[in-house]
Amino acid sequence: MPDMTKTAPEAEAIEDALAPPAVKAEKARSLWGDAWADLRRNPYFVVSSVLILVLLVIAAFPGWFTSASPTTGDLVHHYLGKPELSKVGSAEWLGYDVQGRSVYARLIHGTRASIIVGISVTLLVTVIGGLIGMIAGYFGGWIDALLSGFITNVFFGIPFLLGSMVVLQSFTSRSVWVVSLALAFLGWTQIARVMRGAVLTIKQADYVHAAKALGASTSRILFRHILPNAMAPVIVVATISLGVFISAEATLSYLGLGLSSPAISWGVDISGGIAQIRTAQHIMLYPSIMLSITVLAFIMLGEAVRNALDPKMR
Amino acid sequence: MGRYVARRLLQMIPVFLGTTLLIFLMVYSLPGDPVAALFGDKAADPTTVAKIRHDLGLDHSIWRQYWDYMSGIVLHFDFGNQIASGRPVTDILSSAFPVTLRLAGLAFVFEVVVGIGLGIMAGMRAGRLADNAILIFTLLIISVPVFVIGNILIGTFGVNAVSLDENTSELIVPAMVLGSLSLAYVVRLTRTSMAENLRADYMRTAIAKGLPRRRVVGVHLMRNSLIPVVTFLGTDLGALMGGAVVTESIFNIHGVGGTIYESIVRREGTTLVGLVTILVLVYLVMALLVDLLYAVLDPRIRYA
Repeated sequence: MPDMTKTAPEAEAIEDALAPPAVKAEKARSLWGDAWADLRRNPYFVVSSVLILVLLVIAAFPGWFTSASPTTGDLVHHYLGKPELSKVGSAEWLGYDVQGRSVYARLIHGTRASIIVGISVTLLVTVIGGLIGMIAGYFGGWIDALLSGFITNVFFGIPFLLGSMVVLQSFTSRSVWVVSLALAFLGWTQIARVMRGAVLTIKQADYVHAAKALGASTSRILFRHILPNAMAPVIVVATISLGVFISAEATLSYLGLGLSSPAISWGVDISGGIAQIRTAQHIMLYPSIMLSITVLAFIMLGEAVRNALDPKMR
Repeated sequence: MGRYVARRLLQMIPVFLGTTLLIFLMVYSLPGDPVAALFGDKAADPTTVAKIRHDLGLDHSIWRQYWDYMSGIVLHFDFGNQIASGRPVTDILSSAFPVTLRLAGLAFVFEVVVGIGLGIMAGMRAGRLADNAILIFTLLIISVPVFVIGNILIGTFGVNAVSLDENTSELIVPAMVLGSLSLAYVVRLTRTSMAENLRADYMRTAIAKGLPRRRVVGVHLMRNSLIPVVTFLGTDLGALMGGAVVTESIFNIHGVGGTIYESIVRREGTTLVGLVTILVLVYLVMALLVDLLYAVLDPRIRYA
């Protein structure tokens, strides 16, 4: 995010630094400064960022939260035994699954897969969709017709989950990276459309004409003038889709076409718990709750950012 | 208007060809040989395999196969045969399509009635308790994945998987699950659009003229606020049919979605391409209809 604030003219940044604090508060803030001030006061933003921070820590250091192994099962722990909800954080806290593995340990260790898929798909689609949308919007003409009118519409026409299922079916072992690539393969169209729309407006701006008149190269105009100013709507869509992609990974794993069994993932665990849904609900309930909270956190964050960036929403 | 429709129809052709080619290439890259699968565990006689492959046209290049396939569809409405059973894909389609159409139709009615209803409730009370409660409710629906909602309904409320004859009454719960995500979007779209238009000048004028509240809300506000909702609903009908893949496999419904899921798992290329082609067509036609409807609803938009 700090990179984005650099878009304000540099003179203004220096002025900002020199001005005494009292004057600074009255000064008109940049879009990002304004958005940040708005976000800090938004309870949805605070709650979702804390949640996401916790999830990131769990994904990076699962060992801090449980010492139980997520992969070794002991059939001494029968899955019909009720979860011992008073023993917060212990291996038996959320009960055991059919293989006698701790549901809690699997919950903690499964976080990484979801987070990695969510973040890497989002990065991929932002780069692919962003580039295609930017080039189509800026150059217009036949390039726009080809990239936006044809290629984007073709990829958009195939239902997202269905297409990912077809792609994933061709892989026999599916790691988080394979799943990420498959989701990104069809998932970039929305960002491309948003980016193209933003670029179409921005390329008419005076500062772009000025840069052109001053003889700036095309790549300089694109990456120094257009891209930073077109980022706001893209960031909003990207944040919301992060949650959607995590949900898509779980759905694919549930259908047996996402991550496969040695991988620890909430989707795999939910699908494994379905058979016991009438006798031992805890096996699928807790991964479902964890998954939903994660998706919720990212969608809430995205919406808070959108409300902050879009003055109309205030 | 006529010229606009003609131009749009012409533009649809390359997109349709591109999408079907893409799905054709994706399916073609699937490993596994459906012909070898016909022989089960027995070692297949290579000459027989070669003959079957030749009869099915699988020995041609991918481009030739695509050409034969597309010309079959365009000239004879022939979507090929399912390799395992030899049944024409159109036959499978005609048995699977009505179920999905009923399912998607029910889901559509559900999201229109409940979605617009809740959206109006929230929009008229923007910022108040009812509005916030409805917003949080939609946020929850968006966050809980469809397969989780479906399985929780099966597990806790004892909703059973759908029986083989697929009565309409049995499809109600699956339809609610299928429509839940779009429902949340419809609520939010209606709400935002209502809240925005409530502040519009024409609303003030209508109230100042002394029109009854029912007319102000029912005619002035609704007609303007529902335009983006109608656009969303139109494209969503196509999306519902695609989304049926998950719902139908949860509830074991043998519609288009369930058949697509089976044909992906069984690597049934021809069936898969045929069904997806139909979905793409539905989607493209709906997108065109929505654009035309847009002009009907909003007189400011005119297509030359």
